[in-house]
Amino acid sequence: MFNERVINILQESFFKILIPGITHTIPLTLVSFAIGLFLAIVVALVQVSNVRILNPIVKFYVWVIRGTPLLVQIFIIFFGLPSAGIVLDSVPAAIIAFSLNVGAYASETLRAAILSVPLGQIEAGYSIGMNYFQVLRRIILPQAFKMSVPPLFNSFIGLVKDTSLAANITVTEMFMVTQRIAAKTFEPLALYCEVAVIYLIFCTVLSKVQHMAEKSLKLEQG
Amino acid sequence: MLQIKNLSKNYEDLKVLEQIDLEIESNKTTVIIGPSGSGKTTLLRCLNLLAIPDIGEIDLNGVSLTFDPNQPLQKRKILDYRKKTGMVFQSFHLFSHRTVIENIMEGPVTVLKKGKADAMAEGMALLKKVGLEDKANQYPRQLSGGQQQRVAIARALAMKPEVLLFDEPTSALDPELEIEVLEIIRALAKEHYTIVIVTHKMTFAKEVGDNIIFLENGRILKQGSYAELYHSGNERINRFLTTLQ
Repeated sequence: MFNERVINILQESFFKILIPGITHTIPLTLVSFAIGLFLAIVVALVQVSNVRILNPIVKFYVWVIRGTPLLVQIFIIFFGLPSAGIVLDSVPAAIIAFSLNVGAYASETLRAAILSVPLGQIEAGYSIGMNYFQVLRRIILPQAFKMSVPPLFNSFIGLVKDTSLAANITVTEMFMVTQRIAAKTFEPLALYCEVAVIYLIFCTVLSKVQHMAEKSLKLEQG
Repeated sequence: MLQIKNLSKNYEDLKVLEQIDLEIESNKTTVIIGPSGSGKTTLLRCLNLLAIPDIGEIDLNGVSLTFDPNQPLQKRKILDYRKKTGMVFQSFHLFSHRTVIENIMEGPVTVLKKGKADAMAEGMALLKKVGLEDKANQYPRQLSGGQQQRVAIARALAMKPEVLLFDEPTSALDPELEIEVLEIIRALAKEHYTIVIVTHKMTFAKEVGDNIIFLENGRILKQGSYAELYHSGNERINRFLTTLQ
């Protein structure tokens, strides 16, 4: 199976696949995760602070995003919205879809972390005269962020792989490029394994980053 | 003086406190005793506004708050009142992400807007008072229960409260650690802090209590010195005092 021709194809295609990984997959992941995390913080705070009017809206948002497939969301935004007069390029469409997706899932992560801060410490904050925002900023959020680091990395690593779905809307990320090469060379097994390995490398780096982050936050001490 | 007039608190249909009238004298130690579920902790939480009374009035050294279910209290008033009361909880509730000295500085810096250097100096003095100046940079999880409670006392004192509230401060401690916490409270009583303490330690109540309140079913059954309660001829109180020696 791995004759000289296949090895040549693998060597030639490695950088052809890796480069869109660096120019598309990584930026797409970073930008979408940053926007998604911002969304998640807002959504989680609206829910735990029970902000009137906004609370049912964000609950609806989380319900819809978590209850529908990501691929369908991507199609609605890229192929569907033009019918409603909203035409988006493929990359912005992908960023919107991924951000909305991360926002919904990560908001639940953050909400759980916020709720896990012991009530007694919150009351202790009030007992020394703090107001709600001081308790939130000084007592709740520092502890909640620390606790949400491992599950947020879960979402982050998941997103790296989910960006491959953008191939369906003409974003020339790693998977799209791999599909093209595979179609030309008729070596799907070797090439899809190759791209899988590149995803694995990206995610391994992220796992290491997570490990370092946990260490510097002294998470293992609880 | 902390005056409580006609104070009631319900949790849905459950009447926890019913028409409490009470005067807590300044510079004295008031002890609240009574069986479980009698409303002791709720009364203490009402004095810190962690629980908001349904109806009644609280007057702390001339600043009065009136509770009315149809007219919720302004948040500003609640916060101002809380700054003047210090609370020590049964399970310490230190901020686990902050060091000992940061726990103590939190109130003065965040709430009273004191400078960090001043707050640190005052915090260290308080740590010395509770005998823990060598633990300033440790985290709560590195301390014993007794040490954590002493830090919690220092954290409450840092706000220079007009009244100090203790909610069963030694219930979560084993007898050996209990002693070190009781010693601190004893010292504060001798320094004439205004103290309200909920406790099951009758010997301690007898020793430090200038006024002892016996609470049952959300009402004050009797109050007075230990001797007055003991000789009140009330069988219920006598049984309680003697079985919990």
